[in-house]
Amino acid sequence: MNGKAEQQIILSWVAHGSSVLDLGCGDGELLEKLINEKHVHAQGIELSETAIHHCVAKGLSVFQQDIDTGLSEYANSTFDYVILNQTLQQVKKPDFALKEALRVGKKAIVGFPNFVHIQARFQIFWGGRVPVTKALPCEWFETPNLHFLGIADFKEYCRKNKIYIEDSAFIRRNGKVKFLPNLFAETALFLLSLH
Amino acid sequence: MLILHALSGDAHAAGSGGWWSDLIGPYKGIDTNKYFVVCSNVLGGCKGSTGPSSANPQTGKPYGIDFPIISIGDMVNAQNQLIDHLGIEKLLSVIGGSMGGMQVLQWMVSYPNKIRSAIPIATTMKHTPQQIAFNEVGRQAIMADPDWRNGNYYDHAPPARGLAIARMIGHITYMSDTSMAQKFGRKTRPNKEPKKFGAEFEVESYLRYRGDNFIKRFDANSYLYITKAIDNFNLLNGNKNLASIFRGLNAKVLVIAFKSDWLYPTYQSQEIVKACKLAGIDAAFCEANSTYGHDAFLLETEQEAYLIKHFLNTVSNGHNGDSQ
Repeated sequence: MNGKAEQQIILSWVAHGSSVLDLGCGDGELLEKLINEKHVHAQGIELSETAIHHCVAKGLSVFQQDIDTGLSEYANSTFDYVILNQTLQQVKKPDFALKEALRVGKKAIVGFPNFVHIQARFQIFWGGRVPVTKALPCEWFETPNLHFLGIADFKEYCRKNKIYIEDSAFIRRNGKVKFLPNLFAETALFLLSLH
Repeated sequence: MLILHALSGDAHAAGSGGWWSDLIGPYKGIDTNKYFVVCSNVLGGCKGSTGPSSANPQTGKPYGIDFPIISIGDMVNAQNQLIDHLGIEKLLSVIGGSMGGMQVLQWMVSYPNKIRSAIPIATTMKHTPQQIAFNEVGRQAIMADPDWRNGNYYDHAPPARGLAIARMIGHITYMSDTSMAQKFGRKTRPNKEPKKFGAEFEVESYLRYRGDNFIKRFDANSYLYITKAIDNFNLLNGNKNLASIFRGLNAKVLVIAFKSDWLYPTYQSQEIVKACKLAGIDAAFCEANSTYGHDAFLLETEQEAYLIKHFLNTVSNGHNGDSQ
């Protein structure tokens, strides 16, 4: 799910030499790229023990921790960027996680699967089934996703919570989607700040 | 690198019968083909370094309780002199679990410029009342034994019952509910000469065996001095706040805790991690899944080997994950 196109966009948004916290960093693939290509100061937080093992083997600064318990040990604006890539829809309290991200980070980068993608709509409407697509590969009983949102939902959320969308990118099959992204994009990426 | 042992450990960490022999050795997690590994007995101990059972040069007799109270800091200062004596300018790593982990933390504070990395395992920056309480019961068991003779027992039989009971209490705290259930269940032993209060259950005979074994290799006064040093240890002593403890340390830190460890629970390791983060240290934290309780730091050597081996590789190669 951590597509190459998504990683390229995140890499293009992060400034050289900045500081980054990756929430739900997995096995640290993105962090390693950010360090190698953008020379960032990076930290990661991840719940999975196996993923942490892989991160330690890569020499990354990572902490086995539950994002849902908050980031209280970090002061405001500790990082230039806090990344929530394919994480937001999997935490118990996405609202809290995003607010914490925007507190400890000057900017937040959020990526999630677009649950109202056309293929998903077809499967629901014509098939009468909960969608299983490339971007949403798991059956209902095994999916790690706890929250289901579309691009329009997220934009509406940002507007209501006075979160400024500095940039956005929408992706389908490793290519960018310009036309009706809420209908055609499989994943969405947003660069956010509070001002 | 320097390996630091726990309460009842000693310098015999590797090789046959060593307390961390599964982790330290050729091609193991801590590869002795690659690294020069040092481990010494702690100050106050009874397996080589000076302790209450050592002869007082002024009297020619064992110190007993004339031996001064020692601290984790004193142990680390003694280790530092050893490292100087060996001509080592900088240690690649200091590694230890439990009380060994306390010494790791003390190294990070006392000699930050002499270490390139640190691995504190299943440990804490200070003992809680619960942890002090268990140690106090152990000490009381020793001192309540008439054979203790106010610490002056070296010409007589040692306070074996008291020390054995102290060890039995210790062992209970090192295991977990699950590990005890798996190891013993409610299994009983055949009792040829039934006694009313004989060791009927497996767990009873195990604790008796462990206690009786311990008195053959450990000095009761050392147990008193070392547990006191553990209880008195407080990295947050004085006016230092959490953020300033590790300030100025330029080492990579790997903190490891174990899920079922109720003697040194994960939150105590997370406090260490928090202090590292606040100081901007390049740190990593892993809470390993284990049912062994506190003993996990001695038994989960496979997980530890993976983490420590790869972590040390990134330290010795100068590869840097970087932090704030």
